[in-house]
Amino acid sequence: MAEPEALSLPPSPTDSASFPEGALVDAYRLMVLARTTDERCLSLQRQGRIGFYAPLMGQEAAQVGASRALTPQDWVFPAYRELAVALARGVSLRAIFDQLLGNADDKIKGRQMPNHFGFRDVNFVVASSPIGTQITQAVGAAMAAQRRGDPIVTIAFFGDGATSSNDFHAGLNFAGVFRTPTIFFCQNNQWAISLPRERQTRSATLAEKASAYGFPGVVVDGNDVRAVYAAVRESRARAVSGGGPTLIEAEVYRFGPHSTSDDPNRYRTEAQLSAAKQRDPIGRLKGELIASGKWSDDADRTLWEKCRAQVAETFEAAEKAAPLDPRSVFDDVFEQLTPRLAEEREEYDALVRSGVLKS
Amino acid sequence: MTEMNLVQAINRTLRDAMRSDPNILLLGEDIGVNGGVFRATDGLIKEFGADRVIDTPLSETGIVGTAIGMALYGLKPIAEIQFLDFIYPAFDQIVSELAKFRYRSGGQYPTHVVIRSPYGGGIKGGLYHSQSTEAYFCHTPGIKVVVPSTPADARGLLLSAIDDADPVLFLEPKRIYRSLTGEVPDGIERIPFGRARIAREGSDVSLFAYGAMVPPTLDAAETLARAGISAEVLDLRSLVPLDEAAVIESVEKTGRAVIVHEAARFCGFGAELAALLAEKALYSLKAPVARVTGFDTPFPYALENVYLPNAQRIAHAAETAVRAS
Repeated sequence: MAEPEALSLPPSPTDSASFPEGALVDAYRLMVLARTTDERCLSLQRQGRIGFYAPLMGQEAAQVGASRALTPQDWVFPAYRELAVALARGVSLRAIFDQLLGNADDKIKGRQMPNHFGFRDVNFVVASSPIGTQITQAVGAAMAAQRRGDPIVTIAFFGDGATSSNDFHAGLNFAGVFRTPTIFFCQNNQWAISLPRERQTRSATLAEKASAYGFPGVVVDGNDVRAVYAAVRESRARAVSGGGPTLIEAEVYRFGPHSTSDDPNRYRTEAQLSAAKQRDPIGRLKGELIASGKWSDDADRTLWEKCRAQVAETFEAAEKAAPLDPRSVFDDVFEQLTPRLAEEREEYDALVRSGVLKS
Repeated sequence: MTEMNLVQAINRTLRDAMRSDPNILLLGEDIGVNGGVFRATDGLIKEFGADRVIDTPLSETGIVGTAIGMALYGLKPIAEIQFLDFIYPAFDQIVSELAKFRYRSGGQYPTHVVIRSPYGGGIKGGLYHSQSTEAYFCHTPGIKVVVPSTPADARGLLLSAIDDADPVLFLEPKRIYRSLTGEVPDGIERIPFGRARIAREGSDVSLFAYGAMVPPTLDAAETLARAGISAEVLDLRSLVPLDEAAVIESVEKTGRAVIVHEAARFCGFGAELAALLAEKALYSLKAPVARVTGFDTPFPYALENVYLPNAQRIAHAAETAVRAS
């Protein structure tokens, strides 16, 4: 899944706890690519060219910072808002668009709504819609890695809402008991659809919940790519050396709607949003890069233009891909078709042959 | 061959499978030091250690969720849910996750987890240690559902479950864990899914049953024989996949069908069998399809013998079907 543009980052983290300075510009590029993809997808959904979209805007630094602290061998258990994590793992933009479109090239064969990515070749486990279910699974995979003696971590991505789910409690509890090499990476974007963070729990922070399970919990500024990187690096180092799990709460803000089916004006004000946008992770990193002489306004303009063009071209190419074979609807329920599924497929074929259905 | 009961067959089979494949591990509540509340895993922690016979915290969603993660990573977890009645905290992990992983990933992530769980009534377990709710799971595409009724079948079907590429819910009829014994092969002889077993041949009426309902159904066939009625008893063994051909073939021979299960009748597994016969064997039927099932009530404690189908009810339904034509 090679990206044509020079936007992929060196995949292996260094031993340093701080973000490798040389990689900051690359991280910034990736964040801008994610943002331009987001903006384009919101518009594509309004045009009816994709059916649905869940934007991540506001969470780019958290996702890129966390991803850069992982190795390719680590396992990611995402939710459905982890576009920048997928890109950071090396997934191509084309593969992303194939999934959004559900075309014949889609890795998950059109089986799920947009944003439910799954890329086995980069250990990005396929997401689902139920909230929090990936958390216990990440713990189970970590138990397996532990048993095999593999020096890896599993990382579960989830939001503030998921901290109220069954599997958050079960997963953190198992992780504490079995001291698994798991990182629980909570992107607290302040909103679970319409419910604000303060209505999710009486706890002062989400991170402090970790102490009840017997392991560390930390709050980081999720708009600071370096802070996120450092927190994940430290957690990862502890996990692979047998020190057990960590809960990280990355404080971010969801700039967009929950999804294209959501109208945030029903539950939050413009003033709240513009205040949050003062802390836009992309503007912040850009300012820092320019101040340190690594970046310029000219370079920035070029980057945004290039990203927008790349996004537009890649999407248009993906739109031209072949549609899915309708008969593939029966595949992958089980390893092999059961007699019943074979019969249902035959029933479908007969309807097509007789002209009742169009293929 | 060795003579043993059903729970011994399960214990022996788990042991043999674990000896042959280091990727197999067990997890569940009280399965290690305690050997399981029904002793299905008795002694296994001694042989395989606490890393492979894992006593978990009391959380069914934790058990199934972590089992899925282990399977994704390449292990072969066998989870025990202590009673089928307690499986619901894991329902989301089973129906939304386990059963859908292969499909929703476009085939990238198969999740082979075996979930064993004792089910069914007849042990004075009341509302929450007696239920037979296989239909919830049979309704979900992507998970196989298997129910043995003899010690030999328990071994053969469990070996197939462990060897399968798909998730399997393996339901153990706890009422007959110890009440009957049988000859069980010592070797690795798998019984394939989707093949029903003719437990008794007959020509006048077909009796369909599975799990703990097979013994009373055989008793009913014996009663019927004394009344001059030849009943065929088909033990379905696996509900998903279902041996539809065997069901249809039997009714084509006898012309009459009585479906037996201890779950409540409405939307129970028998409804699927009745629909199958209506769709594919209607012209062979000489009498209406009858269902002998638990009543559409919650599972009662003191009156469980009122609720549970028995040989008398089964024989009566079969006789009525035969007399009707």
